Amino acid sequence: MKLAYWPGCVSRGFTPELHGSMAAVAPKLDLELVELDRANCCGAGVIAEHNQELVDTLNARTFAMAQQVDGAAGMMNICSTCQGAQAECKQRLDADTAYRDHVNTTLEDEGLAYEQDGEWWNKNLLWLLVEEIGLPKLAERVVRPLEGLKIAPFYGCYIVRPTKRLGYDEHPKRDRYLEIVIETLGAEPVEYAGSHKCCGFPVITMARETSLRQAGRHLADAKDADADCLVTPCPLCHLNLDLQQPEAAKHVERDLDIPVLHLPQLLGLALGLEPKELGMDKHVVATRDVARKVAQLAAA
Amino acid sequence: MPDYTLKVRRFDPDSGEAAYWQEFGVGLDPERSVLDGILQVKDDQDGSLAIRCSCRAAICGSCGVRINGKSALACNTRISDAAARSPGGGSIVVEPMGNMPVLKDLVVDMDAVHWKKVQRVVPWLLPEGDPPEREYIVPAEAMIDVTQSMACIHCGVCVSACLSLEVDPEFIGPAALAKAYRFVGDPRDGQTEERLKDLAEDPHGIYDCTHCFACIEVCPKDVAPMSQIMRLRRRATGDYEIKDSNNGYGHEKGFTDIIEKWGTLHEAQLLPRSFGDGSMIKGQTEPGAVKQLVESLPTAARGLKAGKISPRKALLHPKLPDQKQVRRIFKTIESKEERLELNLYIVGELGEAEVEPEPDEEASPS
Repeated sequence: MKLAYWPGCVSRGFTPELHGSMAAVAPKLDLELVELDRANCCGAGVIAEHNQELVDTLNARTFAMAQQVDGAAGMMNICSTCQGAQAECKQRLDADTAYRDHVNTTLEDEGLAYEQDGEWWNKNLLWLLVEEIGLPKLAERVVRPLEGLKIAPFYGCYIVRPTKRLGYDEHPKRDRYLEIVIETLGAEPVEYAGSHKCCGFPVITMARETSLRQAGRHLADAKDADADCLVTPCPLCHLNLDLQQPEAAKHVERDLDIPVLHLPQLLGLALGLEPKELGMDKHVVATRDVARKVAQLAAA
Repeated sequence: MPDYTLKVRRFDPDSGEAAYWQEFGVGLDPERSVLDGILQVKDDQDGSLAIRCSCRAAICGSCGVRINGKSALACNTRISDAAARSPGGGSIVVEPMGNMPVLKDLVVDMDAVHWKKVQRVVPWLLPEGDPPEREYIVPAEAMIDVTQSMACIHCGVCVSACLSLEVDPEFIGPAALAKAYRFVGDPRDGQTEERLKDLAEDPHGIYDCTHCFACIEVCPKDVAPMSQIMRLRRRATGDYEIKDSNNGYGHEKGFTDIIEKWGTLHEAQLLPRSFGDGSMIKGQTEPGAVKQLVESLPTAARGLKAGKISPRKALLHPKLPDQKQVRRIFKTIESKEERLELNLYIVGELGEAEVEPEPDEEASPS
């Protein structure tokens, strides 16, 4: 499957292991990724807060570039925040022809235009796995079922709310996809209070206490539920849950030390890739216990 | 008539006992509401079960509860839908709202939290100067902007769902901040800047919202409180350039300036810019900026150690190949006198705006 691929800013910034692991996993799933290397930041909610027309135009530019990729089935992102921020713009652009035309006028000079097309989509890898690749095919590609691994799903707000904007009417199970994928890979999904809550990242510079208490509480809940690690389709959540975890631990006065995997890393492990190939050595919270369990699976 | 099971969280402060769960079976048509189910329990099984309710039509905003963990009005939730979403297809779980103390069973103390927070934002008009001889004349289009926030029925469902309040009980919260925008956006109010300054400077004000969409998801009236909070931020930073001590201004300014310059996010610059006034160099002279930077050094050091951040990456960030396009878009839109905002609450959602009457259909004899 050929895809226009928007990796987002953070996967090429502070979570380079996400970009790398996606590249390693793509051929295992027959995905041909055409990277939109000229596309701009989705705004991550901040540009939307600043100026709505600006963020809509910037994302219309990205959509227009994706629509120009010849033979692509659609557009894929690997960040819950990109998914939600872009869905918000797409909703406005699709709702009103006059507004869309107005936005396209700004893009005219670059020879770009976003075309409304009910068939065209922009999906996070998580949605793509279930809805486009399909679970039977994913299961077929699993060479190392992750038996015995207990994994706590962490979605990221932007991919779960608001359900009306995010296509839940058509795909009501989107809030269970992580659990479903974890099971398909042979692992055990862990139920805990924080899976669909906020990691706190958006306010880390503005309300540090609120932010780190949120991250700390969810990590502690996952740990109490006996999870080996968390998995998330959102690199921004990863920043607060992994990079900031030692700080979060202080704010909830708990020993946390629980690794957080990116979704492509978890896929990669089940599809036969090694932890190092997936950049699992580039985390702040060591992933070696997970790697050790996976190595034991391979040995057995 | 189908049977449903309600699993209700009971609590009676006079009993001295802890809260407990109790299951009740009810028989109701599938289109009836969860509130109808609760009232049937009260009528037929246990009159002591406490819930606040009145209109039964999502107008009065009295019967906020949590159904299967999701905050909602009990009268506005179909019992068959609730059953379909119950955990494991079992009982419908009904709990009192969150983030507020429970008085009894499903009744929470709205005064202690919700109404106190609403009072906090001075929820009345503060016009400037002497009142006009007759009524205040306001052009209709000037009120469109605040219509959405005026739709609030003060049910507290968003307060119950708020994920910031869950960790910071002092957060002013979604309902009260939406109410604040109702007056900030009102052209008759004379204290717009003072209101914004107050809400921007409060450490539990507009910059304490984590942008989680929980309030938007649950609001029965589509008030979208989080969107109103974003409007407050937009007014505070864009129109009044309020340089608050919570870094709200610096964060928004720093972020947008970075995208205008590079096209993608240069993370290493976002932190220092956020802690100052949004700029890279001058920002560091702002009071508190250096202290906050020092506070974030351990995190940066851990990132370096893990190989996530390299000194090269921290210093250099590539511009997009067509960055001049992005800059031109910024320049074109930011130079406009007025910001354009398409509010789907006003113009209608997906497709609705484009539906035009088909004249042929009405005219056709068939």
